[in-house]
Amino acid sequence: MSRLLSLREAIAELVHDGDTIALEGFTHLIPFAAAHEIIRQGRRHLTLARLTPDLIYDQMIGMGCADRLIFSWGGNPGVGSLHRFRDAVENGWPGPLQLEEYSHGSLTHRYVAAASGLPLAIMRGFGGDLFGHTRMARVTCPFTGEELLAVPALHPDVAIVHAQQADRAGNVMMWGIVGVQKEAVLAARRSLVTVEEVVDSFAPHTGGVVLPQWVVTAVAVVPDGAHPSFAQDYSQRDNAFYRRWDAISRERDRFLDWMRQHVLETPDHRSYLRRLREEPPADQLKAGS
Amino acid sequence: MTAPEPGYSADEMMTVAAARELRGTRVCFVGIGLPSLAANLARQLHQPDLVLIYESGTIGAKPSRPPLSVGDGELAETADLVVSMPEIFAYWLQGGRIQVGFLGGAQIDRFGNLNTTVIGPYERPQVRLPGAGGAPEIAWCAQRVVVIMRHRRRAFVERLGFLTTPGLCPGDPERGGALGKGPTAVITDLGVLRPDPATQELVLSELHPGVDPDRVRAETGWHLREAADLGRTAPPTAQELDVLRRLSSE
Repeated sequence: MSRLLSLREAIAELVHDGDTIALEGFTHLIPFAAAHEIIRQGRRHLTLARLTPDLIYDQMIGMGCADRLIFSWGGNPGVGSLHRFRDAVENGWPGPLQLEEYSHGSLTHRYVAAASGLPLAIMRGFGGDLFGHTRMARVTCPFTGEELLAVPALHPDVAIVHAQQADRAGNVMMWGIVGVQKEAVLAARRSLVTVEEVVDSFAPHTGGVVLPQWVVTAVAVVPDGAHPSFAQDYSQRDNAFYRRWDAISRERDRFLDWMRQHVLETPDHRSYLRRLREEPPADQLKAGS
Repeated sequence: MTAPEPGYSADEMMTVAAARELRGTRVCFVGIGLPSLAANLARQLHQPDLVLIYESGTIGAKPSRPPLSVGDGELAETADLVVSMPEIFAYWLQGGRIQVGFLGGAQIDRFGNLNTTVIGPYERPQVRLPGAGGAPEIAWCAQRVVVIMRHRRRAFVERLGFLTTPGLCPGDPERGGALGKGPTAVITDLGVLRPDPATQELVLSELHPGVDPDRVRAETGWHLREAADLGRTAPPTAQELDVLRRLSSE
């Protein structure tokens, strides 16, 4: 049965140094507030799993939380590079970052295998050099003789996702682009869901996904907890912030300064949002430069 | 001698040529950036029923403008259906329901293999690129692939730094068991390359208006052959330019 905790309590209890954690959400519903709290609490030596590292892991990598990254596409969508990810891989700053990389389909299948209680998942193979740089194997179909690709199950210690709503019993509901969040939660040993709000009962939503309270470890109420990502019917994707991140993150000093001012020196997500919104866009660009 | 200004840019010619390439296509799996702009242009120009699928799980998305990311809110709000990532890759892509996979890349070689992973050694790269995304399975499972890339010598290379997404296989049109036949067109800002059916090697098949073939060869890192029936792309029409400029404004 899920327990309603503050975000601070939930991160303190669920996320430990050295854990493998998956903060999922494909462009939509990315749990940024939870990542910021992990950074505030100074977790180290994490293995970070996620299809798209996005700004959320760029921040965690740059702040020294991660030793390893399991991923499939590491860019700033529509904008360009993730500079902190690149600096870690190209120059080992702030420390070396081991990579285990996949395609979206193959990493998705790793969560599916784990959620299904299987040691592996099978998909159609593909050639190329990725095969030699990750954990994949070729297998032969015992029925047709076709050569297929196998990937091992991925069981994170903790999965963290953001959703629109929880009800009073601790069940969770999300809708819109739902990515691999359900699979990540079911694959993980522990799970945390941050939600926009708690409601008395769920309205039906086309394509909505419900996570029953007995598969979720903890729920924390964090309005706008996905910013600069978004929660459909609650907020818009802050595309301007994604564009601004390019300049904020390009140089180490400015990045560290920005993270100090906006994350380390704010006690919680509400203060982070207030801090951001107090700044006119021109000052946001100057901040930390 | 200076050539007269054509009234459109090389990028606009590329996007228009790519949109034309989707003529007759029903279902297209769209990468973000240049492919998304061209696919949306095709849908607004001549393919109103073109089903756009983004890897975020949005099927039949009808954005009014090309989105910044594959998961912008408008994609989900305008889609016929939104499915999970396991479903989009297993049922819709691997299930063989995609006619055209529409991709970009950082580097391409003469067989249409793509690199989006690293420049330099993998363990200590000069440039770490974003990685595979959904491209390997899109290229493997879509019935055919269209690639759109700006034609530069550093991108059209003799040898890839890393083979992220397989293209054509010389001597094996079956591509080692792939569902689809791989790249059938590479649309650039200088012309269009298509595979030679005999060798599977990409050859120069069309030149955009005003482009000298020597320039295309100079911007290609391998010895680029010409198709026997090398053609000229028709310049963009006023309507094509008008719709494209409305789409890409903002």
